[in-house]
Amino acid sequence: MAAFLVRRTFWALFLFVAASMVTYILFFIIPSDPAALSCGHACTPPIVNHIRMELGLDLPVYQQYWDFVWNIVRHGNFGRSFVNGTPVRTFLQHEIPVTASIVFGGVIVYLAIAIPTGIISALRPRSIMDRLGMVFVLIGISAPSVWVGIMLLYLVGFRLGWTPINGYCSLQSSHQLGTCGGFWPWMSHLILPWITLAVGSAALYTRLIRANVMETMSEDYVRTARAKGASPQRVLVQHVLRNSMLQVVTILGMDLGLLLGGVVFIEIVFSLPGLGQQILLAYGRFDLPVIVGITMFACLAVIVFNFLVDVLYAWLDPRIRLS
Amino acid sequence: MALLEVQDLHTRFRTEDGMVKAVSGVSFELDRGETLGVVGESGSGKSVTFLTVMGLVDPRQAEMAGSVRFDDKEILGLTTHGLKGIRGKRIGMIFQDPMTSLNPVKRIGWQLEEAVLIHNDVPRKEARRRALEVLEEVEIPKADTRMDDYAHQFSGGMRQRVMIAMALINQPELLIADEPTTALDVTTQAQILRLIGKLQKDHGMAVVMITHDLGVVAELANDVIVMYGGRIVEDAKVDDLFEKPEMPYTWGLLGSLPRVDVDVERLEQIPGQPPSLLRPPPGCAFNPRCAYVFDRCRTELPELRAAEGKDDHHFRCHLDGADRARIWTQKAAAIARGESAA
Repeated sequence: MAAFLVRRTFWALFLFVAASMVTYILFFIIPSDPAALSCGHACTPPIVNHIRMELGLDLPVYQQYWDFVWNIVRHGNFGRSFVNGTPVRTFLQHEIPVTASIVFGGVIVYLAIAIPTGIISALRPRSIMDRLGMVFVLIGISAPSVWVGIMLLYLVGFRLGWTPINGYCSLQSSHQLGTCGGFWPWMSHLILPWITLAVGSAALYTRLIRANVMETMSEDYVRTARAKGASPQRVLVQHVLRNSMLQVVTILGMDLGLLLGGVVFIEIVFSLPGLGQQILLAYGRFDLPVIVGITMFACLAVIVFNFLVDVLYAWLDPRIRLS
Repeated sequence: MALLEVQDLHTRFRTEDGMVKAVSGVSFELDRGETLGVVGESGSGKSVTFLTVMGLVDPRQAEMAGSVRFDDKEILGLTTHGLKGIRGKRIGMIFQDPMTSLNPVKRIGWQLEEAVLIHNDVPRKEARRRALEVLEEVEIPKADTRMDDYAHQFSGGMRQRVMIAMALINQPELLIADEPTTALDVTTQAQILRLIGKLQKDHGMAVVMITHDLGVVAELANDVIVMYGGRIVEDAKVDDLFEKPEMPYTWGLLGSLPRVDVDVERLEQIPGQPPSLLRPPPGCAFNPRCAYVFDRCRTELPELRAAEGKDDHHFRCHLDGADRARIWTQKAAAIARGESAA
C-alpha cells in the first residue's frame, strides 16, 4: 500500500507539472504580446516596454516558466489581473468557496437520490419503483440544466417566493454591512442551484448504480454468500455494495474535479459569483493571469480528485493495491 | 427415512423466447452418509436441480414445482428466512469456479467467520478459531497467516479448499459439490477429490457430487444419476451402471471415458449437441443423437422403468431388453479392446 501511495503521488506531481507547462505555453508563449494586451488601448511603446520588463517577458522562456511555477508553489501567487491589478489569489479566495459550495452540495444531493433509487431499482427490476425510477431518469437526462434552473427560479423562487432568486451568502456569519452569511442563508441561496445540478447527474448515477448493483448481484460470490445462509440484507450490505461502488467512485472523482473548474451554467442562471462566471468574464477581457489562475486551480482539482479516487479504489479493492 | 428426498421436481426459467424447461420431473433420494453422483453434459439440468434444492434459483425468474424434503421437512420455495438453520448450516454447497466464487474484496478469514456468525451466536474470536480449524482441516499451509489474505492471493486449488472449508465450517449433514474440480488442473483435481472423500469419511456427511466426469463418480459415489435434457435418464448403484448400463446415452458416456489400461485409437464421441431446453425434441430427448433410434422414440417419451431383476436401477429407453443386452455386450467388448464402437 505504501509503494502504491508513493507511485500515485509521483504520478500526481508529474501531472501537475505537465498541466502547468501546457497552461503556461498556451497562455503566455503563444499570444503575440501579453505586455500590449495588459495595458489596454492607450498604450505607447515605452509603457509597453516597461510592462514587458515588469512581467519578466524579456527573460528567457525557461526562466519565465520557472518564475511562474515558483510563484505559484512558493507564494500561491498567480500574478495580478491585467484589468484592475487585483491579485489573482484574491479572486480565487472569493470564488472557490462559491463554486465548491455549489459542487459539493449538489453532489451530496444527487448521491442522496441516486444511491437509494439505484439500489432499489436493481433489487426489484421491473417493479413499480424501478419503472418510476426510470421515468425520473429519462426526464432528468433529457432536461437541460439551464432550463431546469430557470424553471426552478421562476416557480420556487419568484412565484412561490420560498427561496432567494439570486446571489450568494457565505457560510460564515458576517457582521459586515451589505453582506450576508451563516448556515441557513447560505443554504437557502444554494438549494435551487443544488437541485439544478443534481437533476441530470442523479439520473445518470441512478442508471450507473442500478447497472452495477445488478451486475454484482449475478456474481458467483454473491451466490456463495446466499448458499452460506446470509440474509438478503447481509448479502446486499456486505457483498454487493462495496463491489458495485468501484465504478461509481471513479466517475464521481472525475466529475468532482471537472465541476470544481466552474459550473458555468448554474453560476450564471443563479447569479453566483463563482469560478465559472469569473473565467468567462476574464476570457472576454483577455485577462490572462485570471484565466491561468482559474485553469491551474481546475487542473489541480482534477488531479487531486483523481488521486483520491485511486486511493479510495485501492482501499475498496485489494487487488489494485498489490498489482 | 432418507436425508434428502426430491419428488417430481420441475424448474422452468422464464425467458423472452419462452419457458426453458431446465429440470423436468426429477425424483431421487439420498441417505445419510451416502454419496450420489450426478452426471450429465452442460445444460442437462444437473446444476439447476441442486440450485433449486438449495433455494438459489430466483423465483422471479423461474417457476418451480414438486417437492424437496430435507430430513422430512419440505424446503422447496422457502425464503432465506424459512431456510434458516438449513442452508449453509445443515446443507453446504461448493461451486464450480473457485476463481469467482469467493468475494474479492473481503479477507478469507472474514468470509469463513461470516459463515459461522450467520448461524451461531458466538463471539467473533470463537468464529475465527473455528475458521482456522477448518482451514487446517482442508490442508491449507500456514493457515493462521493466510486467514488475512484475499482470494486473489490463492491458487485455484487453494481457493477450492477455502470453499470446501467454508461449506464444512458448520459441519453440515449434506454437502453438494457442483463440479468442484472442473476448473482445476488434473493433479489438483485428484487432491481435491481425495480431500472431499476423506472429509466425508471423517464427518459422516452425505455428498452430492455433480460432475460430467464418470471417473469422478466411479471413485466417490455409491449411487449415480445420469441426466439428459432436464430429466433423469438412468439411475443405479455405481457398480451396476458401469457393469450394465441400460440406455444409449450412458453407453456413449462410458465409451467416451478415456482409459489408460488399453490402447485406445480414438475416443468415442457422442455426435450432435445437447437438446434445446426451450424447444426440446418430441419423444425421447436423446433421439436426434441416438444411433439406435426408431419411430417410437420420436413421438413418445420413454418412462423411467426398472431394469430386469433390479429395483434400484432405472432407465428411459424404448429398446427392448434383448436388443439392449446385445448392443451393450458388443459395445463393452469394443470398449475393452480400445476400439471406437460407434
